[in-house]
Amino acid sequence: MFTAFDFDVILRSLPYLFWDGMTFTLMLTALSALGGLVLGTLLALMRLSNLPILGAVATGYVNLMRSLPLVLVIFWFYFLVPYIGQIITGAERPVLVGGFASALITFTLFEAAYFSEIMRAGIQSIPKGQVSAGYALGLNYRQVTSYIVLPQALRNMLPVILTQAIVLFQDTSLVYVLSITDFLGAASKVAQRDGRLIEMYLFAALVYFLISFAASRLVRHLQTKTAIIR
Amino acid sequence: MPMIEINAVSKWYGPQFQVLKDCTTAIEKGEVVVVCGPSGSGKSTLIKCVNALEPFQAGTIRVDGINLADPSTDLPKLRARIGMVFQHFELFPHLKITENLCLAQEKVLGRSRDEAMSRAMSLLDRVGLREHAHKFPGQLSGGQQQRVAIARALAMDPIAMLFDEPTSALDPEMITEVLDVMVELAREGMTMMVVTHEMGFARKVAHRVIFMDKGEIIEDRPKDEFFGTPRSERAQIFLSKILAH
Ligand SMILES: Nc1ncnc2c1ncn2[C@@H]1O[C@H](COP(=O)(O)OP(=O)(O)O)[C@@H](O)[C@H]1O
Ligand SMILES: [Mg+2]
Repeated sequence: MFTAFDFDVILRSLPYLFWDGMTFTLMLTALSALGGLVLGTLLALMRLSNLPILGAVATGYVNLMRSLPLVLVIFWFYFLVPYIGQIITGAERPVLVGGFASALITFTLFEAAYFSEIMRAGIQSIPKGQVSAGYALGLNYRQVTSYIVLPQALRNMLPVILTQAIVLFQDTSLVYVLSITDFLGAASKVAQRDGRLIEMYLFAALVYFLISFAASRLVRHLQTKTAIIR
Repeated sequence: MPMIEINAVSKWYGPQFQVLKDCTTAIEKGEVVVVCGPSGSGKSTLIKCVNALEPFQAGTIRVDGINLADPSTDLPKLRARIGMVFQHFELFPHLKITENLCLAQEKVLGRSRDEAMSRAMSLLDRVGLREHAHKFPGQLSGGQQQRVAIARALAMDPIAMLFDEPTSALDPEMITEVLDVMVELAREGMTMMVVTHEMGFARKVAHRVIFMDKGEIIEDRPKDEFFGTPRSERAQIFLSKILAH
């Protein structure tokens, strides 16, 4: 029954799929995971701080982001970011923001909500005595946080963080709503152009599966190696 | 002027529970004071108040003449001058032994890498752990970890040392190696406030013994008097219990 299929189309479009599409997808995944982790860590520190206002702001942000569908946020930001840019820079017209930048900002802000929950759990898993020991040596809040708490929290949470990044890798395919050429976008363009929907979408699914599967195996391997000996 | 001066200190957890009741005592330079008492009597809380790890609501504590409650007091700076050793060691598990000893020397005292390292190595030598310098805390036994923790505190050149049950998390065969280090320290004239139930240690080096119960300092007397004739009934019962075995 496969006679009707043309798997050659995949071979012909490989450079486009990977060079254009996959590069975009991986860049977007890596950079927004990093940005989300940094912002999420700040949000987690705000939620755990002694200042109720900071905690309330962070909690509000996290709850808001977690109760919105990602597609909606992507859409929204794509149309909103140029105007926000206009306000910030004081330009006369909406600032032109490319698809990549818009997607990166969106995913960073969205992922930050999830990473903040992960980091909060990580920070809370550090025994209180560790913090006391840091203060007893004369370190201040910033030093205790950056030299004692966060390194251990990151280390403890690394498997969860990477697993979240794998989910993010799959979620980046949602940028198709902006007709951006990520990996899925590229596959979809070829599919439409050549009328080879089944071949291309099968192939795209296979690639997403293989990468995600390999990555989660790697995470499991890493998990056993990075555990801190107590 | 006493090195540590605790004056009428009271502390509450919540509106109801008073954990410290009007505690007053003073520790002179070079003095070794052992604090004992039943579990939950507030020993840890009192010792944590001394380096401002716990806030208190009434009374004053002065360390080397500096009032902890004074808003102008730089607490991190003051804490850097007081060494503290915890029941559960609290070495930083993600850092090598050397880094455990160097971190605060460099970040707080501003010592150079070389200075910090040579101080660290000489202290590790002193506690007999030089050959373990490049291991991680998790690779050491409990007794070794606690000796590293003492070295880490000493690396800051403290004016006084606080110990909170330093041997009670240890297997019996490791208690001596830690007490030996502490005895040596006491004999060198270090000012020490030691929460412990090791009465052998108290007899050997303590100048005074404080007995606490239910947040109060019940007895605060020279060692020989305390062991000879504890005045309060509560102290007598406590002593008979822990000396029984
Ligand atoms: N953070 C806290 N909140 C409420 N109660 C506490 C807290 N820490 C200690 N306590 C209580 O204060 C009392 C004294 O505790 P602690 O100073 O640790 O006693 P000790 O060291 O003598 O065993 C205990 O009853 C304990 O349950
Ligand atoms: Mg205690």
